[in-house]
Amino acid sequence: MGSQRFLVNRLIRLVFTLWFVLTLSFFLFRVMPGDPVTKFLRQAGAKYTPEQIEALKHQFGLDQPIFPEQYVKYMKDTATLNLGYSTFVYPGESVSSIFWERMGKSVILITTSTVASIIIGVLMGIYGGWRRGGKVDTASMGSSLVLYAMPEFVLGIIFLLIFTQWLGWFPASGYESIPQVHTGFNRLVDIMGHMFLPWLTLTLAYMGEFYLLMRSSLLDVLGEDYITLARAKGVREKYVLRRHAVRNALLPTVTLIALSFGFILGGVITVELVFSYPGVGLLSYQALQAQDFPVLQATFLFSAIGVLLANLIADLCYGYLDPRVRTT
Amino acid sequence: MKTEEGRTTAVDEPVLPPPVRGKISPRKLRRARQRKAIARFWAQFRTSKMGMAGLIILIFFSVMAISSIFADKGRLDPTITTNGPILAPPSLQYPLGTDDYGISVLSLVVEGSRISLFIGLVATVISMLLGSGIGIWSGYKAGIQDTSLMFVTDAFLVLPWLALAIVLAAIFGQNVWVIIAIIGFTSWAGTARLVRAQVLSVKERTYIERSRALGASDWHVVSRHVLPNVMPVIFANTILTIAIAILSESALSFLGLGNPLQVTWGTIIEKAFRAGALTLGAWWWLLAPSACIVLVVLAFTMVGFAFDDIVNPRIRER
Repeated sequence: MGSQRFLVNRLIRLVFTLWFVLTLSFFLFRVMPGDPVTKFLRQAGAKYTPEQIEALKHQFGLDQPIFPEQYVKYMKDTATLNLGYSTFVYPGESVSSIFWERMGKSVILITTSTVASIIIGVLMGIYGGWRRGGKVDTASMGSSLVLYAMPEFVLGIIFLLIFTQWLGWFPASGYESIPQVHTGFNRLVDIMGHMFLPWLTLTLAYMGEFYLLMRSSLLDVLGEDYITLARAKGVREKYVLRRHAVRNALLPTVTLIALSFGFILGGVITVELVFSYPGVGLLSYQALQAQDFPVLQATFLFSAIGVLLANLIADLCYGYLDPRVRTT
Repeated sequence: MKTEEGRTTAVDEPVLPPPVRGKISPRKLRRARQRKAIARFWAQFRTSKMGMAGLIILIFFSVMAISSIFADKGRLDPTITTNGPILAPPSLQYPLGTDDYGISVLSLVVEGSRISLFIGLVATVISMLLGSGIGIWSGYKAGIQDTSLMFVTDAFLVLPWLALAIVLAAIFGQNVWVIIAIIGFTSWAGTARLVRAQVLSVKERTYIERSRALGASDWHVVSRHVLPNVMPVIFANTILTIAIAILSESALSFLGLGNPLQVTWGTIIEKAFRAGALTLGAWWWLLAPSACIVLVVLAFTMVGFAFDDIVNPRIRER
């Protein structure tokens, strides 16, 4: 029954963190200097009488006390995905429907690239740590450090220069060709061609980090006494690595990978901007430029929820890898 | 660091009273001990090729940043300077080419080094003060204060920082100090965790119990015993945090959150990207500031790793 308790424990923490994020976002957007209605009207360049401003304020519930009335309303609205209406990016459209359209594109990009970078990075890290100081290790160590030190958007710009500008192999921007000329299978190929460079950028950008994490974690484990014991028992090197070292070394790596999800989403924003990839990241950039606060708030909430879900998955992996945590 | 010596912790090593000239006083003893510790640290650091390479790059960029203070600012102002050729590729006269106003990219990069490094350093100071303060408090106090502080810390650890930064910048405006505050306030959580773990282990040692039995206040215990013991960890972490802060600055500037009138490496890239340097084929305009970011972050990371190996010596060598 231990594993259930572990899961429940994690779920409780998740709910608390979610509440924290929601509350943080609520207060952040309310400490903003100036009142939102006048600000919005000034930005929109419209002229309104004081009565009309009052009416608008009443309509949005802004004439009520912040706590508890506005707070309760905000929580209720957010829970029912009633996230308000975009003011400037897509004036008048409901924020949730904008997200509905954009989210899938980002989710595909992020999940495939993150999974790829984790698998490749961890496998290379195992090999590098096992054959420490070898040619492969030295080369991948150097390139991992450079990839780690390189901002994601710089990597994207370099790829655009090489593959689009000089070689002309891939389209420079967007999700698919506009106007949409392809159908069926050809359309899929078209989309994948557009997605390839952003995908490659994100995969490579985080591969280096995961390589470094896994390698150093494996090196820690390889110095432990039980590895020496296993070798002394005459266990073959292959099994020492597979059954004793890697499994233990994966534990800290899983934790640290989980912590990097917040950074990955940050990278996605800049990469989507570089490739004009119409996902949530580009949307948050547009919302920032246009000072579209309802959309900004939603991008913050959705990315926080995304990171929390990713962390939950990491926790489940941890529980699977380490039987000890299931009982605590 | 392959020697036996390298494997002993700088913190835990029994320290013999160092030789002191003249009259012995506690302060003199402490000074002598500190000098010895620094000398020992340097001797270890020097053996790390990676750390030394990073240090040399850092010295190079520090000189660049300092020299930019004395550089002629007129060269960066398109209204004053007699412009060079527009978008000229690298040549002898313009080693890194020119931008769309005919300003030398080299001068831009040199000017940017100062503000980029400044933002990175100041943001790191904020992050470190917050992180170690919260970490020490939480580890030392334990109980409900610890639980609630760690709850907030964990929440900050998983927050998508750039999304939060965008929100903060949209709300509080766009200038250097807002950027510094954003980076500082979004990057402290990892440090707090690390410091707390260290404090928890230091707290249990007998000399702290002894000190308390002699009537030492919390402040005395923390400032005289706990802090010196967690300092090496904080220090190694600081250097790695500077790297992250500089990366963060570049990302924020690239999104246009920086002050457009102030040159940083990030804003140079942003401006070049927006001006269509890609399609114009002006690769030097994009790559010169990018290379600076990569080199500096790489250097800080390498020095940080070298520090970390000395401070947390386990069997591994990176």
